[in-house]
Amino acid sequence: MNKTSRRTFVAGVSAAALLTGRSVAFAQKKYDDGASDTEIKIGHTNPYSGPASAYGVIGKTIQAYWKSVNEAGGINGRKVNFITYDDGYSPPKTVELVRQLVEQDKVLCTFNTLGTPTNTAIHKYMNQKKVPMLFVATGASKWGKPKEFPWTMGYQPDYHTEAVIYAKHLLANVKDAKIAVLMQNDDYGKDYWEGFKEGLGKEGNRVVKHVSYEVTDPTVDSQVIQLKDSGANVFFNIATPKFAAQAMRKAGDIGWKPVIYLNNVSSSVASTMKPAGFDNVQGVITAQYLMDPTDKQWADHPDMKMWTEWMKKSNPGASLDDASNVFAYSVSFLMHETLKKCGDNLTRENLMKQAANHQKLKVPLLLPGITVNTSPTDYYPVQAVQLSRFKGETWELFGDVMHAEST
Amino acid sequence: MEQFLQQLASGLANGAIYACVALALVMIYVSTDHLNFAQGEMAMFSTYISWQLMTWGLSFWVAFILAVAFSFVLGVLIERVILRPLHNAPVLSVVVVFIGLLAICNSVAGAIWSYLIKEYPSPFPKSSFGIAGVIGPHQLGVVLVTLIVLTLLFAFFRFTPLGLAMRAAAQNPQMARLVGVRVDWMLALGWGLAAAVGAVAGIMVAHIVYLDPNMMGGILLYAFASALVGGIGNPGGAVVGGFIVGVLENMVAYAGNQIEKATGVYIIGNGEKLTVALIIVIFVLTVKPAGLFGRVIVKRV
Amino acid sequence: MPAFPKKWLIVLLVLGVVVPLLQPVLPNLVSDYRLFLVSTMMIAAIAVLGLNLLTGFNGQISLGHGAFYAVGAYIAAILMDQANFPYWATLPFAAVLCFIVGYLFGLPALKLEGHYLALATFALALAVPQILKYKWLEGLTGGVQGIVLNKPEVPFGLPLSEDQWLYYYCFIVMVFLYWAASNILKSRSGRAMMAIRDYHIAADTMGIDTALYKTVTFGISAAYTGIAGALSASAIAFVAPDSFNFFLSIKFLIGLVVGGVGSLAGSLIGGVFYVLVDNSAQALSTFVKNDLGLQFDLSAYTVFGILLIVLMYLMPMGIAGGVYALIRSFRRAAPVSPERSAPAATRKPAQAGESH
Repeated sequence: MNKTSRRTFVAGVSAAALLTGRSVAFAQKKYDDGASDTEIKIGHTNPYSGPASAYGVIGKTIQAYWKSVNEAGGINGRKVNFITYDDGYSPPKTVELVRQLVEQDKVLCTFNTLGTPTNTAIHKYMNQKKVPMLFVATGASKWGKPKEFPWTMGYQPDYHTEAVIYAKHLLANVKDAKIAVLMQNDDYGKDYWEGFKEGLGKEGNRVVKHVSYEVTDPTVDSQVIQLKDSGANVFFNIATPKFAAQAMRKAGDIGWKPVIYLNNVSSSVASTMKPAGFDNVQGVITAQYLMDPTDKQWADHPDMKMWTEWMKKSNPGASLDDASNVFAYSVSFLMHETLKKCGDNLTRENLMKQAANHQKLKVPLLLPGITVNTSPTDYYPVQAVQLSRFKGETWELFGDVMHAEST
Repeated sequence: MEQFLQQLASGLANGAIYACVALALVMIYVSTDHLNFAQGEMAMFSTYISWQLMTWGLSFWVAFILAVAFSFVLGVLIERVILRPLHNAPVLSVVVVFIGLLAICNSVAGAIWSYLIKEYPSPFPKSSFGIAGVIGPHQLGVVLVTLIVLTLLFAFFRFTPLGLAMRAAAQNPQMARLVGVRVDWMLALGWGLAAAVGAVAGIMVAHIVYLDPNMMGGILLYAFASALVGGIGNPGGAVVGGFIVGVLENMVAYAGNQIEKATGVYIIGNGEKLTVALIIVIFVLTVKPAGLFGRVIVKRV
Repeated sequence: MPAFPKKWLIVLLVLGVVVPLLQPVLPNLVSDYRLFLVSTMMIAAIAVLGLNLLTGFNGQISLGHGAFYAVGAYIAAILMDQANFPYWATLPFAAVLCFIVGYLFGLPALKLEGHYLALATFALALAVPQILKYKWLEGLTGGVQGIVLNKPEVPFGLPLSEDQWLYYYCFIVMVFLYWAASNILKSRSGRAMMAIRDYHIAADTMGIDTALYKTVTFGISAAYTGIAGALSASAIAFVAPDSFNFFLSIKFLIGLVVGGVGSLAGSLIGGVFYVLVDNSAQALSTFVKNDLGLQFDLSAYTVFGILLIVLMYLMPMGIAGGVYALIRSFRRAAPVSPERSAPAATRKPAQAGESH
């Protein structure tokens, strides 16, 4: 405790020293709720319990990230006070907790709140309160609308665009495509499905069978049998890792060999491809924007080495196989950069301004050639993906990095 | 036709999973009169134990036996430590304790082994086993194991003194006590056995749905329905109930499919198959209120 | 039944009316957020009260009250969204429709007892989120995306904040529903309900129309929970199938048991517990991790589990029952026998099926 206050005192003095030399307008410190000379408060919700608890690791890794930032001296001399709550993926609970964050804990902003329905529930509230809701952890396409919702920004490439890319690739490469779709019956699945239909455009009738599953279903065997029965030669797999793996294994078991497009959500080698059986997933196509920690091709990449080292040192006990930890690290890095850029002007308005002002920012663990770009009219930080094909025990990137604008 | 056969086979395979877990539920019910909501999570935990043993280098069957034994001990302990003081508590309070147990098992497993799904090996030979394209070797193996467990349980309760004593203790504790049965220990034993059966179920299921802390969530729901369809106090009924629910569910999806094919109109599909299957189950229960194989006990007032 | 003594009831009522008005004086203590939190507690209390009418006072176990809550919430949301109903006008519709659904569901439920009824209600809880996503209803329900709503506006130009008004709105509804429930229970019908719970066959032979009472109780119970759902739609200003998963029903059940089965005051406690349990489990787990320095990752969910088990250890009859027993042991002289407060339904229920 003592230590902290001394350090912040020193920081204050050095800031004061700077003050004298520069123009008053620049050096003036400006704060909103949640920011001060000593700390920056950031709020977060995440399911740590219940059926979506697999995402809990994201929250833990983000927590470890801020801890290591604080140990290294914080951001411009300020410590990050990261407050995370468990919403169990229940929208009413998210509303309650986010109100607690904003009104009781008085955070400067929320960051990487997870889930589409949960974020939908707080979308309006945050924008009415004019509190930044940054880099939400969902790929729905509705988070990048600066006109209607100037306080909300997404992070990852949205599902919609990704599905459009698959559709275009498929039409260009598969002859006489007859498409079967497996979809998780919620808004994540729906978003992909809508994008896919849009991508197919006039060729929409190529979808011969579209089935859904519920997260409570023990297996998707029955669904895969129906898909095979439709006589399709293309399979678009919109499922979370467990079900995606089941589906591809079942397809192999019953001798159905379509061209498989797999959503990015399940592109992890360790949690999807290996459990599905490498025999069953040769040639599967997906789109990626992050490095997969279980993909051998990145093992010697400096980013991956740095990440592995960081994980071992600052996040011990967390799984090195879990792609969620890569995601959490990269999104925290972006938040870190954004806060750095704010300097001493830690108002909500400036925070939003800086978040919407990244040009070709290199964020570790993004695929080579993919950078973060935002502007007051572009609220999608990561928009580029690259297609890759599964070969042997690893993904093989092919083609160019594709930007959403270009498709 | 091919689809019909495949759906039937996959329904049977799923049914075997439900049956296995339902058997564990019935075990607890027969020996302690409770419906254990934590059964699925306990089974999941046991499966992790066996997985851990295998990663330490033990062979499948050694790990299997050790995990089942461990589960037995764990079951006995849970009864002795957690449930014993609640003997006279209202039944709903016990249900809440089960929910607490469920939360603990789930989160502790997640903390120890993480939430990433893990592959789980199948003990059954890959080749020349099963019917290609219709039912896989593992699925067939699960059906067999379920039937073996059922036979063992049946023999145990029918023919061994211990099994008879356990049934007596559950059905009429006072009388059982009078004839010298140690009712307390019989309850603990029942828990142990149920946990062991649950472990077998978990280990069989894990290859199919992959190992993760939430793997039993969905299955437990189906297992409940299965156990109740068959008559909650009847192991044989639970197994038949499991197969009925498994097949019924797939048949609903199949029928919906055929209707859509024939008429082009979507009426029911995968989203509704569980709902429709449950409606059928409940309808059956209103006609036969004690389940298909249960007996109605007339109570004296 | 252990209800509040009258003087306490009046004190509570006065506090309930006055405290929110202290906001200008104590802006930090009586913050908008806290009022909102209390509103959600009151909503949960109404839902638990509905479940209590069925389980605690009529002896029918339900694992599916989340379904009625969802139906109520969706009726309110659809009326507001599609038909531009004012938020308050949705309550009677939610109540009536949920009554009908509950009544109809009560008919087949008549044939089912104990575990079988639990299964049937359980199925209902599973089915409702599916039905909300059903292809042909998507136009109304918004499918998986749900419906985004507006928060209730303060009427008549009253000088209140949105959350103050929400609080009073919930408070008025809750007080009315409690008053109604306590009147039902004191009436002839209430005694019949409890007679059915305690001595089903005897009640039957005495000429009580058990079938009618049971189904109507089901309907009333569903209506209560449906009203709570409708209130929640206004309070949260968003409905989606994900808000009504199976665990919601389980949480109502936990609220019921922890509060006190067969106790009106218990339902209130249950509602408070329903909201606070997650938050306190989380606070406790952070405390253990950071302040006690435990190395093992003790998650909030583990703490939640331990909390439930410990509570049932200490107070198997729920908090209301526990406090009641405590007061009694202080006073020694007990005018009311505990038997009357302990409904038979919470003891081992009659089993229909047995092994042979």
